[in-house]
Amino acid sequence: MTAPQWFFAYFAGMITLLSVVMITRRNPVHGVLWMLVLFVHIAGLYLFLNAEFLAAIQIIVYAGAILVLFLFVIMLLNLKKELTVRKVQKHWVLGAAIGVIFALFVVTVVAGITVLPPLGEYSIEAIRSEGSIMTLGKVMYTKYLLPFEIASLVLLVAIVGAVVLAKKRI
Amino acid sequence: MPEWLWIFIKVFIVVNVLMLHVAYVVYFERKVIGHMQARLGPMRVGWHGLLQPIADGIKLFFKEDIIPSNADKPIFYIAPIIGLLAAIGSLAVIPMWEGFSIADINIGILYILALSSVGSYSVILAGWASNSKYSFLGGLRSSAQVISYEIAMGLSLVGVMMMAGSANLSDIVRAQSEQWFLLPQIVAFFVFLMAALAETNRAPFDLPEAETELVAGYATEYSGIRFGLFFMAEYAGMFVMSALAVICFLGGWSGPDFWIFARVPGIVWFLLKVYAFIFFYFWVRATLPRYRYDQLMGLGWKLFIPLALANIIFTGLIKLL
Repeated sequence: MTAPQWFFAYFAGMITLLSVVMITRRNPVHGVLWMLVLFVHIAGLYLFLNAEFLAAIQIIVYAGAILVLFLFVIMLLNLKKELTVRKVQKHWVLGAAIGVIFALFVVTVVAGITVLPPLGEYSIEAIRSEGSIMTLGKVMYTKYLLPFEIASLVLLVAIVGAVVLAKKRI
Repeated sequence: MPEWLWIFIKVFIVVNVLMLHVAYVVYFERKVIGHMQARLGPMRVGWHGLLQPIADGIKLFFKEDIIPSNADKPIFYIAPIIGLLAAIGSLAVIPMWEGFSIADINIGILYILALSSVGSYSVILAGWASNSKYSFLGGLRSSAQVISYEIAMGLSLVGVMMMAGSANLSDIVRAQSEQWFLLPQIVAFFVFLMAALAETNRAPFDLPEAETELVAGYATEYSGIRFGLFFMAEYAGMFVMSALAVICFLGGWSGPDFWIFARVPGIVWFLLKVYAFIFFYFWVRATLPRYRYDQLMGLGWKLFIPLALANIIFTGLIKLL
């Protein structure tokens, strides 16, 4: 294997391993911490793909904001009972079987792809020439303006909904 | 000399200079606040107390490292280390003078923001892992405070990025060769200063620590060198935030270029400006009382974030016209 392949293998392997570690922790706070390590590895994978802006945003938004909110909520809940419940329930055989079938399905489909789609106009050189932030901004605010605005509207609806649910009398 | 060795030497120098700064920033804080309160500050160890930081360091290093019996040990151990690593790691992208930064990356500002958000885990986790009510309250306060003020800080720097057309810190300094961004971005500067105070948990936003109500907040159960690590992380964070303010608003390493001032190397100007900001931190601490928690949240969400947003819109309009 070449150096980039080793690099990719490390990150892909760690991401898989860390997801398993994360969901098997008994203490939810430990779970969140493993998820933090997982997010850092995902950011590493983005960097490896020349998407430096996405890597930074991954850490700022997911690790810095969303996970802190997770931690905040978990700390406020009383989870003493959670610590004594067994994580692995008796249906684990069925779950494992479904998981293996799904994994096989994905592997066969991915292995079946032989013809790669043609490369678009955003090659690594094109992005490097004007920086990934500028490229992303241009695409988002010209070609995909409408989906972008719709996404922000959806988020706004969610925020308003949360406020209405939490505060019956405003 | 191979390139990796050169990088290693740079890292070694920068980290050591930072640690020396951290030690003496603590000393100057005690001196400055002492004189502001008509005291002398440390006077006993060495001439005018100059060896005080070294004595403090030795004391902290040899003190017993007490861990509460009900603490979550692994997290209790790593929490202060996360904080210090995040603060030191931020230094990697800071350009100290023309052409000198350990890593000259295109997403410099975002990198610092990312590391400062990772650094907030240290306070939150320390509060949770100590298994004590005071620590826990400190941790909760810190998590809500950091999330709120991170937004204001990120938005205030957007104006700077728009003016410079880049998120690379060296490019931002070069874009200020004609005029510093201090005046055109005066609103962003104000928001950034306040958010930097809150991000580094300094007075008047030091609610996670709040020694009058929470003993020492998240650091209550820590002792010895682990407490020292928190201390170092806080002061290293101050240094990084001051350096970021200098780079984004005060023209980084540039100084007046006439007479003998033009001969002074850039690092001197850079450090002088950083010291001015650090002095500002002390000045605010000695002047203002601590905010109440709801005031802090209201200020963040209802004043700083709208101000930063308005600044972005105005900057965009002026750039467009």
